[in-house]
Amino acid sequence: MKRRSFIRHVGHSLAVPGMLGSMGFRMPNSKTLSDLLRMATATDKVLVMIYLEGGNDGLNTVVPLDQLSALNVVRPHVILPENSLLKTADASVGLHPSLKGLKSLYDENRFQVIQNVGYPQQNYSHFRSTDIWMSGSDSNELVNSGWSGRYLSDQFPGYPDAYPNDDFTDPLSVELGYGSSLLFQGPESAMSMVISDPEFFYELVDNEDREVPDSYAGDKLKYIRIIEQQSQQYGKVVQEAAEKVKQQATYPQTSLGQQLRIVSRLIAGGLRTPLYLVRLGGFDTHDAQVEASDHTTGEHADLLTDLDESIMAFMSDLEMQGTEDRVTGMTFSEFGRRIVSNASLGTDHGAAAPMFFFGNAVKGGVTGSNPSISSNSSYDDNLAMEFDFRQIYASILQQWLDADASSAESALFKNFEQVEIIGNRALSTSSLAGNGLFVYPNPLNGNSMIRMAPVNEVVTVDLIDMQGRKVASIFKGMITQEKEVKWSTSHLRKGRYLVVMQGANTSRVFSVVKK
Amino acid sequence: MKNKDYHPDNYQELLQKHRKVQPKVASVLDAGHTISRKITSGLAPYAGDWEEDQQAHLLKRVLFGLTPEDLKAIKELSLEETVDYLLTKGTPPAPPINDYNDSSEGIEDPEVPLGESWIHAGHGGDYEGLRTISLKNWVIKNFTNQSTSLEEKMILFWHNLLPIQTWDVFYSKLSYGYFDMLRTNCFGNFKTLIRELTLDPAMLLFLNGTFNNKEAPDENYGRELQELFCLGKGPNVNFTEPDVQAAARVLTGWVVDWEHFYDPGELKVFFYPPFHETSDKEFSSFYGNRVITGKSGDDGAQELDELLDMLFDHEETALYICRRLYRFFVYHEIDDTTESEVIVPLAELFRSGNYEIKPVLEKLLLSEHFHDSANQGAMIKSPTEFLLGLWRMFGMGLESPTLSEQKDQYSSLLWQMANQGMELGDPPSVSGWPAYYQEPSFDKYWITTDTITNRALVGDSMIYWGYWINSDIQLPVDLIAFLKRLNNPEDPNLMLQECGLMLLGIKMGDTTLTNLKAILLSGQQTDGYWTTAWYELIENPGDQEYEMVVLNRLKPTIQHLLQLGEAQLM
Repeated sequence: MKRRSFIRHVGHSLAVPGMLGSMGFRMPNSKTLSDLLRMATATDKVLVMIYLEGGNDGLNTVVPLDQLSALNVVRPHVILPENSLLKTADASVGLHPSLKGLKSLYDENRFQVIQNVGYPQQNYSHFRSTDIWMSGSDSNELVNSGWSGRYLSDQFPGYPDAYPNDDFTDPLSVELGYGSSLLFQGPESAMSMVISDPEFFYELVDNEDREVPDSYAGDKLKYIRIIEQQSQQYGKVVQEAAEKVKQQATYPQTSLGQQLRIVSRLIAGGLRTPLYLVRLGGFDTHDAQVEASDHTTGEHADLLTDLDESIMAFMSDLEMQGTEDRVTGMTFSEFGRRIVSNASLGTDHGAAAPMFFFGNAVKGGVTGSNPSISSNSSYDDNLAMEFDFRQIYASILQQWLDADASSAESALFKNFEQVEIIGNRALSTSSLAGNGLFVYPNPLNGNSMIRMAPVNEVVTVDLIDMQGRKVASIFKGMITQEKEVKWSTSHLRKGRYLVVMQGANTSRVFSVVKK
Repeated sequence: MKNKDYHPDNYQELLQKHRKVQPKVASVLDAGHTISRKITSGLAPYAGDWEEDQQAHLLKRVLFGLTPEDLKAIKELSLEETVDYLLTKGTPPAPPINDYNDSSEGIEDPEVPLGESWIHAGHGGDYEGLRTISLKNWVIKNFTNQSTSLEEKMILFWHNLLPIQTWDVFYSKLSYGYFDMLRTNCFGNFKTLIRELTLDPAMLLFLNGTFNNKEAPDENYGRELQELFCLGKGPNVNFTEPDVQAAARVLTGWVVDWEHFYDPGELKVFFYPPFHETSDKEFSSFYGNRVITGKSGDDGAQELDELLDMLFDHEETALYICRRLYRFFVYHEIDDTTESEVIVPLAELFRSGNYEIKPVLEKLLLSEHFHDSANQGAMIKSPTEFLLGLWRMFGMGLESPTLSEQKDQYSSLLWQMANQGMELGDPPSVSGWPAYYQEPSFDKYWITTDTITNRALVGDSMIYWGYWINSDIQLPVDLIAFLKRLNNPEDPNLMLQECGLMLLGIKMGDTTLTNLKAILLSGQQTDGYWTTAWYELIENPGDQEYEMVVLNRLKPTIQHLLQLGEAQLM
């Protein structure tokens, strides 16, 4: 029977890889290839997407300072006082006063604003515009799969029938909050594991029971939930990953904070899942966006405070877990809000709006120009788009997730011009801590560098293929101080490899790919 | 020893070929002790609220799932009128037909043309495999096409309590006759039903009654008649091995008409005096040391009625059947209070009413006990209630299918349910399905890591990529058509509550409603966004954009609803 398995419940076995045994290759320190693969995950990259549900008011989030006089005229009901804005040193923008943490990241070049992102022929319906942002379609095009789902389906052919397998045991993507979103719908099946609420997660991880009614029906429900839990396809790997993390930074007791806390825990626990989606709802601020007495307070300020504090907790947790170089975050919303404000202290559905990126790898700064606001703006005027949202997707796919141009194009249907999001800092300052072995660029482009942290013994650095066979010797000797070795990779065949450093007491692994 | 010489030589091969899901034994996890609670209500007529919650509870227990039309059918009726309505029989369905001929595959039943019924045909040899599936498909078709009536569910009740295995009988017109006999008697007289069952050709073959003669008595039916069909194995049931042998001797001589066994037309059952054991049959003290005087010649046939009188004179028979009804319709556990307040008075009614079934069902379904809120949602849905329930609720089914497509449609339901542990027509043993009798787990037998996965995949497939009918047809739910059958599709709260009412065993709580609404509204807080989307769809028929906006929200919402543990309960 042909089945399109759906993630939450599929009962594939989680077999431990056994592919090495017969290959006649003795692994260092009796580690199996699967252990090495796990170690190699320390370099796998993660994108965490934060969906700001409802349409975030970009003009009050990133305020164009050179437009303040016009803004004071056209949006008097919500305008933020100039002296409250968090002004940046290198761009004529001020961040909303609630974004203090993000401003500090900005100052460290770990936070980037991309101005005026949208799409041609803006649709002002939440539902439709959400679908457009998640599907990555044109405004007038009906697509019922998501751009992330198509990307994953391209990267992991054969999903779901062939997954999990020895090579990839983990969920391809994880989304929190509630049911499965369009974002991760692939052409044929959903590509995400849904953690519908934190309770479900802790039930899985800590064997906590959700409350059931004290009744006959409740008894049966409890039984069904136990069996459901046992049948979770990815339950075991998620549980194992979560168990590895004993301590985490303090997060705000908000929905977003708790969602990001789970995401960080799964990343630190070694899940190789590349994509996460979390959500923060309530941005549909037609009225009461601000308090009349003080525009820096109100619903929008509360939401941005939550966003700011949750991201800052997440960032400090990533550092605590040593995963900060692996993770980039991104925010998006289905649209911005109208230029002209409402007398009810809010704003209506609009068009283009800023997107944020954060993390150690981002280039930082403000990309794009300030919108131009006319003091004669009429009620239905909207901000013009400067970047197509799919340019941003194409950029992050290629610059961060190492997708090649054809994968990005197949996920987005077209070729989009990139915007620089991931800066060179990622390579120049990348920390060797934790792994002590770093290869760049990766995917291999012919001439790579291998950076190695010092080690007190003679080690060999070899290239191992996915069948566990040694393909090449790269280096042998002592490494007394941090060392870089040039390595020509032009002769290698396409595929995944492991760069393995081994000595009597040393075992370091870095996963590379030749495309 | 089974004696089925009439099975074709390649019988095992045919089973392998046609029986797509081989039966397996399920095991049940010990999920800790069950908290015992006392329900003290008894058989007094229920006089409490009669609103949609109570209506839904009653309907879920007597139907396969619940549809908006079922709810509408009884909306204006009182409880008494409703029970009356439910106990009304419909017109018998047209008999099963040859839906399997396929010249391209060389399948050509020599006796029965495509579209014609095989119920009067002779034994079909190799074609019995395909006819057996055709019969099972027909049973499923009747279940899915049920009206708001208890009739089909009672057929399942009797099929489970008094089972044959159609693969074992392997003579479809006889198995059809058995199901037809169950239908005729489903709310009739239990004693009549047992008499007809005893002389049913399929049963005479299944439990070897036709091979039971004075030279070589076969105790099989004589035993199950007492142990499984009438008296049960309760603590006060102490019939003896000699009682089993004596009953078997009473039943000697009833045979199928072997001479015309393979012929078209009805297979006759008759009493053949030379096979009958004419000595006296003495029963133990459990039966008051009753003696059935041996009779010779045609009079020997009268011993059957004497035997049935003896079984039905025993009070345990009524108690046993009432317990089985209770476990099937109300709850698996019978504590002392339930025994004394429900089972005992119900059994008295059953006996004093000369084993008429309808008054007992009426009494139970009208009782305070049945409607006690503690019993709501306390049963795990069987595969019929889960799968056929979804099928009915969603209004699934191919539009104007060819015979072959119709066959594939019902076969796919058949094997899907078999995968979930319930192959209709073939319970795992003469005891029926363990979920209906096996202490202490009962209905927990339906839920294993395999079956729960299977159930989840069924729901997902219906919503996303289409329920598998055959390699060319995957049939998705028309969710928009489904919503149009609801009372308030435009109101997210009422719409979700109505879905919950039909689907969930426990009333939807605020948290669940909030979660579902979050999915439906894509995280927005304004209910009106859904209302607008729905009305835009209605006002612009055929507009794909409005349709997709609605479907992109409905699909994950309904999926989430189906994945709730409460959706496994009724």
